[in-house]
Amino acid sequence: MSKKIFSGPFLAFMLCGTIIPLGVIAYYGITDRSGAFTFENIKAITTGEHWEALMLALMLALISTVICLLIAFPLGLILKDSKLGKKGFMVFIFILPMWMNFLLRTMAWQVLLEKNGIINQVLGFIGLPSLHIINTPAAVVLGMVYDYLPFMILPIYNALIKIDKNVIEAAYDLGAGFRQVLQKVIIPLSVPGIVSGITMGFVPSLTTFAVSNILGGGKVNLIGNIIEHEFTTGSNWNLGAGLSLVMMIFIVISMALIEKFDRNGEGNII
Amino acid sequence: MKKFLCVFMTLILCLGAFTGCGGSKSSGENGTLYVYCFGDYFDPDLQYEFEEKTGYKLVVDLFDTNEEMYPVIKNNTADYDVICASDYMIEKLISEDLLDEINYDNVPNAENVADSIKPFMEAFDPGMKHSLPHTWGTYGIMYNKSMVDEEIDSWDVLWDQNYKDKIVMPNSLRECYMIAAKKLGYSMNTADESQIQEMTQILIDQKPLVYSFANDSAREIMIGDSAAMAVITSGEVIYSKEYNENLEFVIPKEGTEVWTDCWAIPKAAKNKEAAEAWINFMLDGDTAETNFEYLTYAIPNKLIADKMDEAVLNPSKDLLDKCETLRNLGAEADDIYSRYWKKYKAE
Repeated sequence: MSKKIFSGPFLAFMLCGTIIPLGVIAYYGITDRSGAFTFENIKAITTGEHWEALMLALMLALISTVICLLIAFPLGLILKDSKLGKKGFMVFIFILPMWMNFLLRTMAWQVLLEKNGIINQVLGFIGLPSLHIINTPAAVVLGMVYDYLPFMILPIYNALIKIDKNVIEAAYDLGAGFRQVLQKVIIPLSVPGIVSGITMGFVPSLTTFAVSNILGGGKVNLIGNIIEHEFTTGSNWNLGAGLSLVMMIFIVISMALIEKFDRNGEGNII
Repeated sequence: MKKFLCVFMTLILCLGAFTGCGGSKSSGENGTLYVYCFGDYFDPDLQYEFEEKTGYKLVVDLFDTNEEMYPVIKNNTADYDVICASDYMIEKLISEDLLDEINYDNVPNAENVADSIKPFMEAFDPGMKHSLPHTWGTYGIMYNKSMVDEEIDSWDVLWDQNYKDKIVMPNSLRECYMIAAKKLGYSMNTADESQIQEMTQILIDQKPLVYSFANDSAREIMIGDSAAMAVITSGEVIYSKEYNENLEFVIPKEGTEVWTDCWAIPKAAKNKEAAEAWINFMLDGDTAETNFEYLTYAIPNKLIADKMDEAVLNPSKDLLDKCETLRNLGAEADDIYSRYWKKYKAE
């Protein structure tokens, strides 16, 4: 019974930080400017520009998630068996950039990638052709990978270090090669971490507008940019909220995925 | 009882979240003045000077965009005595009856306001009843002499195929349409859908030439020699030239947008006299000079007019006659612009 007192702050946080804002968004989403009930704001996702922006966002988020996974899983394997210093130190190095503001890190990439930026000056100096990815979807994917990679590494690393060494050794003793051990033992046992890593990277990539604005030079128009536009310059909060509600579907899907694969909470970051 | 405690704690925390700006008001011998202003928009030393001169304690809160400030004033979630806002937002606030009239008896320095700005103020605040200007400027083309050989004097250059992938456009709806409107000879405040459609078409034609859309970072792109020209506001010119001497600025002959950021007093202000003292202080000649040196944005003050160079910060009357100020067009026109803007951005 006495535990209930301590749950007070959490209840307050959930109420103020989640339930009330969600309610307000839902209210704006299903009303028009005059306050009358309508589904138009939600149906608006199917109109040309919105649909295109959603598809582009889905595609870029998918690409960046796959790249993150291709980097994070082998890295997790390496870190797991790493003899370098204390366990966790290498992981710490990979989380270190998160101590800096994410906008600053993205702007730093802009300075690096600009047509006459640092990377191109260095390339020019050593006589290599210059790199032209700034203000293209490629730069946006780069930004997404850089920003969200730590979110992928942590849960995968956590899932991997929890695998009992004896299980792996047993597999080798019974004659399995590295590939078989990977396929039949390590990957199946790290699925919870992989799934939560994927959702932690995919959802923020899907809804970002800052990365596409800064590294896409305003030329890569994602659904996040459209929602931001509606809330600011467009001053049509109802449409912005309606589109946000549609985006919530993807969050619900990813939560359902975590629920399905990660019942024991093994892939949690902490 | 325990259940009650739990609910009680929840309520206390919720209340705390909503009263964050209540604070104590009694500091400063004459009370406290709450200012709500764009970030870094006056010399911070002036704060102490003001407090010493008037005996008010100054509390300054900052915002980045007009749109961020608007719901705070509209819903009266915090009591600000004086705000800084742009022209079209002042018009919107006036139309929703959210601004108080300024008592000119308490603002004798209002006579320092430069005459050149008055017709533009008149457009969104007739009689300057609700607002007085803080800074102003125009949009123009900043170009890099090492990449542009010709003499630039027209918006047409933004459509010149020679500068493919070398042009930085503003990442804001109304400014992009302003450029198209001036090129076609329309008003930048048109709400006529066929004109908006035509402007969208020429913007789409121009889009392949655009290197990037940028607002605040445009000057850094230009300083770093990454683009040949950028549409930028006149206030950025002095700063940019300091870092890259190849940069030049021109206000196109077709005219442009004149923007004004103004001080105004919300209806909900608790300390109107302090607000007027602040506005009066900001319009003082010495304050204006300090601010100009700090911001490098043009300050519309008669007493320091000779400090503003004509080509950039103080355009001739002939040119100003062709300029317009951004008006608040209302929700319906905003929606039309939004629709075409999204099409343009999706191309």
